[in-house]
Amino acid sequence: MTNVAPTAAKAAPVATRSGPCRFQARSLLYPVLPWLILIGLWYAIHHSGLVKPTLVPAPHVVLAKFWTLVTTQSFLTDIWMSTQRVVLGVVLGVACAVPVGFLIGWYAPVRTFVNPLINFFRALPPIALIPLVIVYFGIGESAKVIILFYAAFFSGVIVMYEGISQINPIFIRVSRTLGATDGEIFRRIIVPLSLPHVVTALRVALGVAWATLVASELIAAQEGLGAVIQDATAFFQLDTIYVGIITIGTVALIMDTLLRQVSRRLLAWQERIDA
Amino acid sequence: MTPGADRIKLENVDMRFTTDRGPLTVVDDVSLTIREGEFVALVGPSGCGKTTLLNMMAGFIRPTDGHVLLDGTAITGPGRERGVMFQEYGVFPWLTVKENIAFGLRLAANRVPAEKREEICERYMRLMRLTDFRNAYPKTLSGGMRQRVALARAYAVNPAFLLMDEPFGALDAQTRTAMQDLLLEVLASENKTVVMITHSVDEALYLASRIVVISARPARIRKIIDVPFGYPRQDNVHDLPQFAELRAEIKELVMQEYAAQEQQARLRLSD
Repeated sequence: MTNVAPTAAKAAPVATRSGPCRFQARSLLYPVLPWLILIGLWYAIHHSGLVKPTLVPAPHVVLAKFWTLVTTQSFLTDIWMSTQRVVLGVVLGVACAVPVGFLIGWYAPVRTFVNPLINFFRALPPIALIPLVIVYFGIGESAKVIILFYAAFFSGVIVMYEGISQINPIFIRVSRTLGATDGEIFRRIIVPLSLPHVVTALRVALGVAWATLVASELIAAQEGLGAVIQDATAFFQLDTIYVGIITIGTVALIMDTLLRQVSRRLLAWQERIDA
Repeated sequence: MTPGADRIKLENVDMRFTTDRGPLTVVDDVSLTIREGEFVALVGPSGCGKTTLLNMMAGFIRPTDGHVLLDGTAITGPGRERGVMFQEYGVFPWLTVKENIAFGLRLAANRVPAEKREEICERYMRLMRLTDFRNAYPKTLSGGMRQRVALARAYAVNPAFLLMDEPFGALDAQTRTAMQDLLLEVLASENKTVVMITHSVDEALYLASRIVVISARPARIRKIIDVPFGYPRQDNVHDLPQFAELRAEIKELVMQEYAAQEQQARLRLSD
């Protein structure tokens, strides 16, 4: 009898639920390094004389401006308002995108029926809809959330539908031969296999929503990062514009990092070359 | 069920598909009876329709004409008495080894109480030498281990049949030999009726009690050979003169059909 002994493999690392361990020094340095380079480049351009120094405010000036905005003005409220709108738009958008994406990914007839519509509306830039949204929903909070919802929904639908339509039918066949009912196949096969796509949909939608945020806050917003940038443009306050832009990027990055952490916990089983 | 009783019956089964280039007959008038306790190997050129035959027995597809019966009643869909092992393992990547094996046991169709489930899982993990990997996800396992998980999962719900579509095709030679021995070992302790598709005449002769040679497409039964070696079967059957004779005979048949299949492919290209 030949032995398929796992003894030798016992020593090999086996990723379990406890998760992989990482090298501390590298994991600290690698994410920080590109930022240092970027800031270095920024200073270099500022001092190079290629551009008027007043047109490219130095990083420390922007940082000082950030502090002034936080301490003397309502900048934290602006961050909070924008984040709130983005989260609301994304959560609502993806909440609708998941079932819709599932339906068109799973049922081919629904797909042929709905696909042209989805692709038509997806192609419309949310900014182009702003005038109509103002007409129908006014200039209140709901108008902004609707624009973000729109952006999040259509990007989320595509991710969900691509993901669902790529589910390998072999898993469904296997579970049927083991005696699974339709309900059990949905709960035990489709749901866990959809989860990674829900997370991806959230990530893509978040990116698109932040991109659309400034546009949505153009709708006569009093507060919000888009409004801050908008106001600063009127007074040619370049440092404030920089603060606004960098803050948007930073908040978006933090949210994406949080989502990635969640998905790593949730989806430890996935085969991927993890960054 | 008495050994030797007729279980799965294919009666004058035809399978035709309509394609862009007109109707395509994949299976042509196949009649075959699988009897209780036997191990039937289907050998034949790739693309000849073997998998179609197996899928009919599994209940994934129905024949265009003819009947596929289990104990006299038509097979209308998959069922837990017929476990299937696929070429591409089909191990659930989001579940650990143990959760994979327990999958079937948690379904309403088999509803097994927790302690009993635990016991069955432990037993098959031991049998398939997976105990050390109980909490590992499939992504960390080798091909052979994944196939053992698939086998354990299929066994756990205690099906009467095991339908296997080239289960060891993707494994390296050593792992393949090990899996063959493991399969014989497990079958010796728990009687099952097995239908296995394989490309390897050696594998068919080593494992099966009956070998069905399938023709080039459309699939017809070219010849049925009773394997004269009994069970429990030892590795040394490979050295018997009879083994070599039968291997030569079956290889010759398979090569003829393989050539015919190649010829068909060439003709299709030149159309």
